[in-house]
Amino acid sequence: MSAPAGIPPRPAAAPGGARAPAARPRAPPCRNGPVQSQVHFPSGYSLNPENYSAPSTHYPQVPHEAIPSQLDNQYIADYHSACYSVPAQSVMTHSIGPGMLNTQQLYGGAPHPVESSGGLLQEAVSSASHLHTSVPQSYSAMSSHYISSTSSSVASQGFPLSSGHYAMPSVSSAVYPHLSYPAMSIGSPYRQVLTSQSLPAVGQFKETNAFPGQSTIVPRTLQQQVTLGYNSTSWSTSDFQSAQENLSRNHTGSVAKASNQINTVGIVDSSHPVNQNVQFTKPGVETSVSSVVTSSVRTPAADHLIEPASVPSSTQPPESLLQEAIDSSSTTSSASPVTNNYDALEGGGYPDSATSSPAPPPQISRNTKPFGYGYPTLQPGYQNATLPTSAMQPSNPGHQSGFQQYPQQYPGVNQLSSSLGGLSLQHSQQPESLRPVNLIQERNILPVSPVLAPVPNLNSDLRKLNCNPDSFRCTLTNIPQTQALLNKAKLPLGLLLHPFRDLTQLPVITSSTIVRCRSCRTYINPFVSFIDQRRWKCNLCYRVNDVPEEFMYNPLTRSYGEPHKRPEVQNSTVEFIASSDYMLRPPQPAVYLFVLDVSHNAVEAGYLTIVCQSLLENLDKLPGDSRTRIGFVTFDSTVQFYNLQEGLSQPQMLIVSDIDDIFLPTPDSLLVNLHESKELIKDLLNALPNMFTNTRETHSALGPALQAAFKLMSPTGGRISVFQSQLPSLGAGLLHSREDPNQRSSTKVVQHLGPATDFYKKLALDCSGQQTAVDLFLLSSQYSDLASLACMSKYSAGCIYYYPSFHHSHNPTQAEKLQKDLKRYFTRKIGFEAVMRIRCTKGLSIHTFHGNFFVRSTDLLSLANVNPDAGFAVQMSIEESLTDTSLVCFQTALLYTSSKGERRIRVHTLCLPVVTSLADVYAGADVQAAVCLLANMAVDRSVSSSLSDARDALVNAVVDSLSAYISSASNLQQSTLIAPNSLKLFPLYVLALLKQKAFRTGTSTRLDDRVYAMCQIKSQPLGHLMKMIHPNLYRIDRLTDEGAIHVNDRVVPQPPLQKLSAEKLTREGAFLMDCGSIFYIWIGKNCDNSFIKDVLGYPNYASVPQKLTQLPELDTLSSERARSFISWLRDSRPLSPVLQVIKDESPAKTDFFHHLIEDRTEAAFSYYEFLVHIQQQICK
Amino acid sequence: MESVVFIFSLIDCCALIFLSVYFIITLSDLECDYINARSCCSKLNKWVVPELIGHTVVTVLMFVSLHWFIFLLNLPVASWNIYRFVMVPSGNMGVFDPTEIHNRGQLKSHMKEAMIKLGFHLLCFFMYLYSMILALIND
Repeated sequence: MSAPAGIPPRPAAAPGGARAPAARPRAPPCRNGPVQSQVHFPSGYSLNPENYSAPSTHYPQVPHEAIPSQLDNQYIADYHSACYSVPAQSVMTHSIGPGMLNTQQLYGGAPHPVESSGGLLQEAVSSASHLHTSVPQSYSAMSSHYISSTSSSVASQGFPLSSGHYAMPSVSSAVYPHLSYPAMSIGSPYRQVLTSQSLPAVGQFKETNAFPGQSTIVPRTLQQQVTLGYNSTSWSTSDFQSAQENLSRNHTGSVAKASNQINTVGIVDSSHPVNQNVQFTKPGVETSVSSVVTSSVRTPAADHLIEPASVPSSTQPPESLLQEAIDSSSTTSSASPVTNNYDALEGGGYPDSATSSPAPPPQISRNTKPFGYGYPTLQPGYQNATLPTSAMQPSNPGHQSGFQQYPQQYPGVNQLSSSLGGLSLQHSQQPESLRPVNLIQERNILPVSPVLAPVPNLNSDLRKLNCNPDSFRCTLTNIPQTQALLNKAKLPLGLLLHPFRDLTQLPVITSSTIVRCRSCRTYINPFVSFIDQRRWKCNLCYRVNDVPEEFMYNPLTRSYGEPHKRPEVQNSTVEFIASSDYMLRPPQPAVYLFVLDVSHNAVEAGYLTIVCQSLLENLDKLPGDSRTRIGFVTFDSTVQFYNLQEGLSQPQMLIVSDIDDIFLPTPDSLLVNLHESKELIKDLLNALPNMFTNTRETHSALGPALQAAFKLMSPTGGRISVFQSQLPSLGAGLLHSREDPNQRSSTKVVQHLGPATDFYKKLALDCSGQQTAVDLFLLSSQYSDLASLACMSKYSAGCIYYYPSFHHSHNPTQAEKLQKDLKRYFTRKIGFEAVMRIRCTKGLSIHTFHGNFFVRSTDLLSLANVNPDAGFAVQMSIEESLTDTSLVCFQTALLYTSSKGERRIRVHTLCLPVVTSLADVYAGADVQAAVCLLANMAVDRSVSSSLSDARDALVNAVVDSLSAYISSASNLQQSTLIAPNSLKLFPLYVLALLKQKAFRTGTSTRLDDRVYAMCQIKSQPLGHLMKMIHPNLYRIDRLTDEGAIHVNDRVVPQPPLQKLSAEKLTREGAFLMDCGSIFYIWIGKNCDNSFIKDVLGYPNYASVPQKLTQLPELDTLSSERARSFISWLRDSRPLSPVLQVIKDESPAKTDFFHHLIEDRTEAAFSYYEFLVHIQQQICK
Repeated sequence: MESVVFIFSLIDCCALIFLSVYFIITLSDLECDYINARSCCSKLNKWVVPELIGHTVVTVLMFVSLHWFIFLLNLPVASWNIYRFVMVPSGNMGVFDPTEIHNRGQLKSHMKEAMIKLGFHLLCFFMYLYSMILALIND
């Protein structure tokens, strides 16, 4: 994009004349408006006709649409654009020359035209259809669907201004994955004009803002820019190829067990000559076809694409050569019914019935009990199946004797399943977890080591195969058989998920067919039963399915005929590399957009330096491939865009001050390829912190900036990171302060926990529909109405970070926290355009979901982005009694696009036994999971009803479950407070919840803090949430090697957990509190001087500074122990927590003491009082 | 005069019946995953106010024309409609909110509500029909 919007050029720069016409060697056809463009097209592209006619469908559309509307629109006074850079003219001309050469080369010798034009989604898709001859119909039909759906969606977006204006984003949507428009020579006349006018200061745009006379000319520049942008397109052939290769990979499964780096695994040869054939689709045909396909289903991607309907000149002359072939292909392809939404892709319920033909009657044999009770011994076949080591052995001739073995190995389903299920009930008496505990008498209820998840009572083989509790946990590890039994137990039933967790070991499976149940679409998993060598029975719906031929071959052992040894059947957590059936469009590139607040408040807080610095450091580590794109938008009372197009000498700032009707000043050079424009991005990041130092703008137009960001992102999807420092005060989505500071410590009503406007929710849903997630970083010193702002992340599957009273120098703890969070944020894995579905055994049903996402249909969660720090929770009920089964299974399938452009499915399967007695239900209760689920429910309750309701509900949950337990165990005294061992921490945790910032009353809590705590409860995974609810307290001034563990040649001491009470604190000691995201080290007044000297590095207590955030590296034994312990704690979680050393008299002490939840505060019970309160409630 | 009142009520009631059926169909579409939550809710929210007005008008008409029994019959449903409309939290996108409709069994309760309303309107329909015929005969 060569012409900087910069200073408006002379009025003579009329749209037609100013476009330096035919002198250009490449004479890009779009330059002179639609008519000429059509004429020129053949010549421009005919050099490589088979390659280059694809893009032509779009080019004429652009100017045709854009120009007239631009003329119509009176953006006259609104458009101030400035070039803050002061490039010398000579520099400009220099840059022009190579650019031209470059593009010529590209045009001449581009080997993979489709890749370069891959942005044109239709073509990409249809070419893909051609490549995959196995599934041609679905592909081209899909593309047709794309086209048709856009017209409606654009209309529904309701931008009344002009179609032409809107055409800009939609056109840029066409350039989907990988187009770049380096600066071209056309711009040169403009640039000279511009630079001659431009003033040599950074803050110069302000001045241009003040020139009303000039601004009237601006719209014209804009038009030119738009058109020029398309003129100067150089089709850079970069690696859309990789995506194509992914599409076309049809290997028989090759599996690799890899550690940590999942992305590098399983990708076998990546050098297929894929793109030989290019297929062109003619929009007109496609639209006519598409009506067949998209009857009533509105797909999420529907809003993406180009709108041929609104473009009169959609059939292009140059296509005529190819049209016939296209027509035939696209029409034939349209005939087949196509699964045309994500639901169906991931495998929503019954895809067949959703389209046309009814599904074949499933052969469900519910009559035969799948699991008998009378066969205690394991069948040999099953034993084999559960020996992962042997399965991993490369071809062992003894093992693969092949077909004949099977009759013996799988004698019958009943016997086999008996071995699965029968064992679970053999030892139902569990003295330990059912041991009654007298809560009031037991003083040391907290165990000395961190609480572990209970292990489901399964036989040892299943236990070995079961999903890791860190990823997948159920509140009841023994599932009650009926809803009545569940009601009797009064415990919540639900799942806690952490599906995208960073894993050290994950089998990745590349296979052309992913084996799934035909009726419920469950992925094959370790808990299915093989009836014989050719059939398997789904463990969720009990349908009997065929084993596909390919599945008979085991790539690990290279043996044939052992389906039960496939890695899918050996691991409960696997990742599949999905075929093109699982895509609606080619996998999107990683796209990151940063929306930065640069109002006075924000500049004063100084966050920009940290963000820019951190991004600079991690620019190379941003997950992505060579297609990665990045963009920046800043806003105060106006919205500023940055043109980072490769070839510019410096980034350009484009200011849009019309915040009531935001638009994109240039459609395509705002999001640029990270690698091509890296220098410019670095320049911008270096300049950005200082550009606004003198700003006096206090207003914040967050809403318009977000709208602009949405428009920018909607063609591709990706991630928007919003940094906001105050209450948005201008434009759409403006908010008013709702907090009454006097009510902060009120014990009665806490208001305004819900959003004030639906603007952010709607925006989030729009974003979610376009596969864009919004992550919010709120760095504010005052009330900023997080309750409303959080909606933008909540429903678009983003994440929320909040830094109260952030200041880069006054509040170093927060600054450090931001730094660390950003480091993690930039470098962690990311999954794009994800959907997650949770399935469970027939009879169970999920009715409520917690977390950041949008529930698109009954069991499908739409996650625009998924990150490894996101946790989810669901609540379940038992709809039909589970009498005919002894095991239930839950399966989450997360379908996402990795940052490398691969479509992947991560599947977790959890298996749990079913029990019939109340005692067994209690024995299997997982108290941590239950508390986390209750916390989620309580958040919902406090928003929908009131905080006091939620608090009552929490207390009632304890009271009800314990009284139910006491009344069920008749031999216990009714008057004492008894809990089963599995639930002995329940009251403690609930008390801790009541004292959380989210739910506490009586203690002064700022509304934003409270809302943030609620957001965290909803979106944190269990492990993190538990630390937040109930921190771990350790005494660290006398660490010993007793019981120490060895990690990587380091000795890590394991001090015992202390209960969270001031009675455990002594003035002579130093204590470490691990709150998940922050470590407090509290030092008593009379703390041992040797500790202060050896560990903190200060001579005595008095000399320890108030704000200490790091432990020095001292060469003493105690320092080494302390540091190794802390770093061990740190390593155990992805987010590196901040350390804060607190002296006994420092003001930060209150933070620390708030976490001592067993103590009495002026507004809340102590633990003992709480127990007494519960007992009274029970006895009532 | 009386016949005019009932003819109007009858027509209005017919419209409400159709509306209830439309609600049921749309909600069951959502249940079966034929449409997504967003479009379902925007479809339904459009018709919440017309339904409310349609029903309130009949109720008021009955009050004005002093048909106490029918008025009292209509009153609870009309007030429920108004209550539901007024109590929508400020951050929600209407009575039907796409982000919440799948949570906490809201879909089921909406469905139940639409069913009950359908039954109620059918009952009213026959009452109005009867009353209308009676009024026409009396005239």
